[in-house]
Amino acid sequence: MKVTEKDVAYVADLANLELSGEERGGMLRDLNSILDYIERLEELDTANVEPMAQVSDRHGVDESKQGSERFAYASREDVPEGLRKSLSQESALENAPDADGTFFRVPKVIER
Amino acid sequence: MDMTSLTIDAARSGVQERKTTALALAEAHYARIQKEDGEIGAFLTLCKERALEQADRIDHMAAEGKPLPPLAGVPVAIKDVMSTRGVRTTAGSKILSHYIPPYDCTAVARMEAAGAVVLGKTNCDEFAMGSSNENSAFHPVHNPRDLSRVPGGSSGGSAAAVAADMAVVALGSDTGGSIRQPASFCGVVGLMPTYGRVSRYGLIAFASSLDHIGPLARTVKDAAIVLRTIAGRDPMDSTSADLPVPDYVAELDKPVRGLRLGVAKEYFGEGLDDEVRHAVESAIDKLKSLGCEVVPVSLPHTPYAIPTYYLIATAEASSNLARYDGVRYSYRAPGVKSLSEMYRRSRDEGFGAEVKRRIMLGTYALSAGYYDAYYLKAQKVRTLLTRDFEEAFGKVDAIVTPTSPTAAFKLGEKSNDPLAMYLADIYTVTADLAGIPGISVPCGETKEKLPIGLQILGKHFDEATILRLAHAYEQAA
Repeated sequence: MKVTEKDVAYVADLANLELSGEERGGMLRDLNSILDYIERLEELDTANVEPMAQVSDRHGVDESKQGSERFAYASREDVPEGLRKSLSQESALENAPDADGTFFRVPKVIER
Repeated sequence: MDMTSLTIDAARSGVQERKTTALALAEAHYARIQKEDGEIGAFLTLCKERALEQADRIDHMAAEGKPLPPLAGVPVAIKDVMSTRGVRTTAGSKILSHYIPPYDCTAVARMEAAGAVVLGKTNCDEFAMGSSNENSAFHPVHNPRDLSRVPGGSSGGSAAAVAADMAVVALGSDTGGSIRQPASFCGVVGLMPTYGRVSRYGLIAFASSLDHIGPLARTVKDAAIVLRTIAGRDPMDSTSADLPVPDYVAELDKPVRGLRLGVAKEYFGEGLDDEVRHAVESAIDKLKSLGCEVVPVSLPHTPYAIPTYYLIATAEASSNLARYDGVRYSYRAPGVKSLSEMYRRSRDEGFGAEVKRRIMLGTYALSAGYYDAYYLKAQKVRTLLTRDFEEAFGKVDAIVTPTSPTAAFKLGEKSNDPLAMYLADIYTVTADLAGIPGISVPCGETKEKLPIGLQILGKHFDEATILRLAHAYEQAA
């Protein structure tokens, strides 16, 4: 078994998930079964293979340039207003579970 | 005229020539939804007011004798992962069950600018994570061909809506097969364009290096019309490619004679259902009889695609879904005492089991000590998978495969075994990883009358060729 109960608790903490006792048991079983299957990647020698983070760096770029310059097509002038106006305060708060008309309201942040 | 089995051109010209109205088309589709969707469950939200306003605008244009845009009056459905201003957008999740976006997804805006009438938002697996639509937080979708079976996923609602004549076309999204697999299960056409071909602005993110928007339609031509409408550079999405958009519709009727079709043995191995194999092989014979040359190719890293996909997709998802914090627009658990309790309980109550499983796997793969072994390793194998395609496309113009190893399975059949469910994507995830386009086109039925799909994969930005092949096959079959 690759993943232990302790790992599940640690990762749930990182991911800001609570998970009930029952859920933790299921997660332990599922993660181990999936990771067992994933293990087959170790069969491949990738010592000299570059990682591929995204597809766009394989097309539409200026190959003669270096670094972010290669993606010049995706950049634009920095303009104060941007491409669209920012949302109004009213509209930005509209979907909030709790707001006071000016701010999002949340429970106390500092606990003592 | 039969109002709910029309093609885009028939609907548009009916409105243009005043044989019908956009309003009548919309009403006929709503009546059909009313009658059929109780059993199917394809829609989560209907936006009748918005639809009827748009229909009215189109009818005024028609009355004035103005030439109508390509999708004028055409009733369409939108997967509920695409933001619609003022219309609830849930991503199939409880955590967004009350979210009303303040802006429109670019693809939706382009559809409406071309005259489309948006009927409503379609059901899907939560955050597009699933292959059966059973992960919707609201209700599952039933396959219109056999209500005891799944419609596929995650764009199951979009595929079912089109298959059951509740919309002429629909938009879906594809991260690991979520357009093509449900298209195959429901007997419709599903197209995933090249990564970067269609803007994702306003698409609720699942895995950003893999997410695509594309059409589901009853004909290849309709899929081509929709792609022509939504494709092209969008300054709001820096990953959208700045390349000209060909006239996909005009290219459809070019001959397919002489095109080289790759067939890879890796897509016809263990796990492929015999009936699916026979249907796909006869489809390949049909394309051969149309003058295509069949060339064996090898895609040797295919067996590593599912593990690669489930590491990359979950890693990206764990990061993208961190935004659901219960503060700005997502669900907040009641009665929480502290900020940290609010995050945890809101996410715990708001996310379903599969979403939590993927967040956990992705967080694990990115965590200290495991990053190199899992995430970085997967990115390297992604390079190998992409090289497989680059080599194959040096020899052929397109690659033909089954879309899915089986026809639609029963509801509940795989829902307790995540790994078995992941393997349903075995023939589709490769194209998402490589960023190449793919289309699923119906190619017959099993003895139980369940649809089978033929998948055609193409070179980067060469949707025109796979559409042309799919169209030629569809016309000949």
